[in-house]
Amino acid sequence: MRTILYLIRKEFIQIFRNKFISKAIFAVPIVQMLILVPAITFEIKNVKLGIIDRDMTSESRGLISKLEGSTFFKVSFSTFSESEANSLLHRNKCSVILQIPSGFGRDIGNANPAKLLATIDAINASTAPLSWAYLNGIIRDYNMDLITENISTNPLVPLPQIQITNRYWYNEMLNYKYYMLPGILVILVTAIGFLLAGLNMVREKEIGTIEQINVTPVRKYHFIIAKMVPFLLIGLIDLALGLVIGKLAFNIPFEGSILLMFFCASLFLIAVLGLALFISTFSGTQQQYMFIAFFCMIIFILMSGIFTPYESMPVWAQDFNLINPVAYLMRINRMVMLKGSTIHDISRELYSLAVIAICFSALAVRRYRKTA
Amino acid sequence: MQNVIESSGISKNFGTTKALNDISFSVNESEIFGFIGPDGAGKTTLFRIITTLMLPDEGEIKVLGMNCTTDYKELRKNIGYMPGRFSLYQDLTVEENLNFYATVFGTTVEENYELISDIYSHIEPFKKRAAGKLSGGMKQKLALSCALIHKPKLLVLDEPTTGVDAVSRSEFWDMLGKLRQHNITIIVSTPYMDEAMRCDKVALIQDGKILAIDAPQKIRDGFSRKLFTVKSVEKYKLINTLRKYPMTLTAYPFGDSVHVTFINDMVDNSLFGYLIKEGISDVVVQAAEAGIEDRFLELMNKTE
Repeated sequence: MRTILYLIRKEFIQIFRNKFISKAIFAVPIVQMLILVPAITFEIKNVKLGIIDRDMTSESRGLISKLEGSTFFKVSFSTFSESEANSLLHRNKCSVILQIPSGFGRDIGNANPAKLLATIDAINASTAPLSWAYLNGIIRDYNMDLITENISTNPLVPLPQIQITNRYWYNEMLNYKYYMLPGILVILVTAIGFLLAGLNMVREKEIGTIEQINVTPVRKYHFIIAKMVPFLLIGLIDLALGLVIGKLAFNIPFEGSILLMFFCASLFLIAVLGLALFISTFSGTQQQYMFIAFFCMIIFILMSGIFTPYESMPVWAQDFNLINPVAYLMRINRMVMLKGSTIHDISRELYSLAVIAICFSALAVRRYRKTA
Repeated sequence: MQNVIESSGISKNFGTTKALNDISFSVNESEIFGFIGPDGAGKTTLFRIITTLMLPDEGEIKVLGMNCTTDYKELRKNIGYMPGRFSLYQDLTVEENLNFYATVFGTTVEENYELISDIYSHIEPFKKRAAGKLSGGMKQKLALSCALIHKPKLLVLDEPTTGVDAVSRSEFWDMLGKLRQHNITIIVSTPYMDEAMRCDKVALIQDGKILAIDAPQKIRDGFSRKLFTVKSVEKYKLINTLRKYPMTLTAYPFGDSVHVTFINDMVDNSLFGYLIKEGISDVVVQAAEAGIEDRFLELMNKTE
């Protein structure tokens, strides 16, 4: 026990004597939270819209002003030439072209089906259908306006209607920051766990100090624990710092138990640190380590469900996520922070994290060789 | 009395390179045993096997009566190892490093201070300084202190004096001599032939093979020829000229002179005549006693 404590003390002395790392540990969460939380959003705003109005009637102008009035679209140009519009779409000057053929206003007056043509840049497969949905919504609205006008002039025609009232739970204002912030906290903790401990271990190899340690009677698991504990604590401190910033800068709600969240984060950090130290046992240089660790980190984060819903991934990807600690913490964090989930609600995730933590740490201890 | 190290037929290969080839030797208690050989001879590999950091491919080795492969846990408590590269924590202070190694071995600095006081007293005034900021000689003293802090029975020093100035080197060997009183056996490797004379026993090692093992004086006595030193202002030209002389057997540079052996083991006037003809007139020739290096070169040539 005395040995472990002394080994841990040594790690802390080294971390805080390193001027760069000791500052970065506190600067990284602040910068990351302040930049990423407001920047990463799926809200669609100011989609650039090109208009080809061949009709030039009050009806067509009414539709255009309705589009202009929404926050989703910004009319970036208006033209009569289809080829000009297409070339502007090609040059990214607009993302959606709406063509209003001549006769649009006349058809509405005649109660004939009026036609419109929308062309949408679908390079981004997730924003394209959303642009279409918004556009569709505005046109439907416009359509309803016309019908209401008709009803007032011709009240004998009854209009069948279903009215739906909805309410968004857990995030009533659909504030994207509330959704992203817990996820960004996870990324923060992941980066701390993956990079610092592993690099620290490989550095001992590179400068040869591990050689001297290996001839001592230090037990393998002592050494691994001593490498884990300091970075576990740093990860938790950074998580706390991130939460404070979330509260102060973005007024993020915190419905659940903070203690529960830190408990989950500790399990998660043990898992990630175990994996990081496992990777470090077969990396000879910091460069090799960085390459592998970065690769794992990217896969874990992108598959964790931070941007894309976990449930819509292919089955094999969901299976992979059974061993992805980031995916578990991602769900736990959002559930605990936004829904106020209790330990019972997240018990499955918690057990899984515990199993992963034990497995990865055991691997690290097993693979760490004191003899070549 | 039991031998501290008993090695028989140790071999280690790295791919197709034979780093160690059939190495057998034994080290007695409280002996200073030197491994002398050029870089790449296999000294470090052998030391890594002795310190349980590496397993031999073939052969058997017992250290302190224990098997290096199976009893490594017990063995590590009793070995002090100073690797060739400075391997202490450069960002920790002198004092922190010493405390760290003491704790790791389950002891304290106070407990064994007497053993290291001679060495540590030189660097104690700098105990608050980061180890990386020490001079070469001081780093070496700190590394030795750390290797000794748990009172090991066997001290393994891999090229401890490489990159250290001549005065510090000599001091270092004085310290090793004193450690003998504490019943510590020392094995040490060095590329410097002059340090060999300070060992009790020396093994000459080359290309993973031991060429000779004996007391240093006996190794010198093994030199089979009569040796002469030849001096001239133009040393380089002198060597080349001597090597062309038909009666010359070997001619090697040695400090500011040349060590030469002749086929007939004697110097006659025809040598001076030859040298003057070649434009070297200021030569001084003296009979000399062979050193370890001369014997080493002789053995090397024989194996080739």
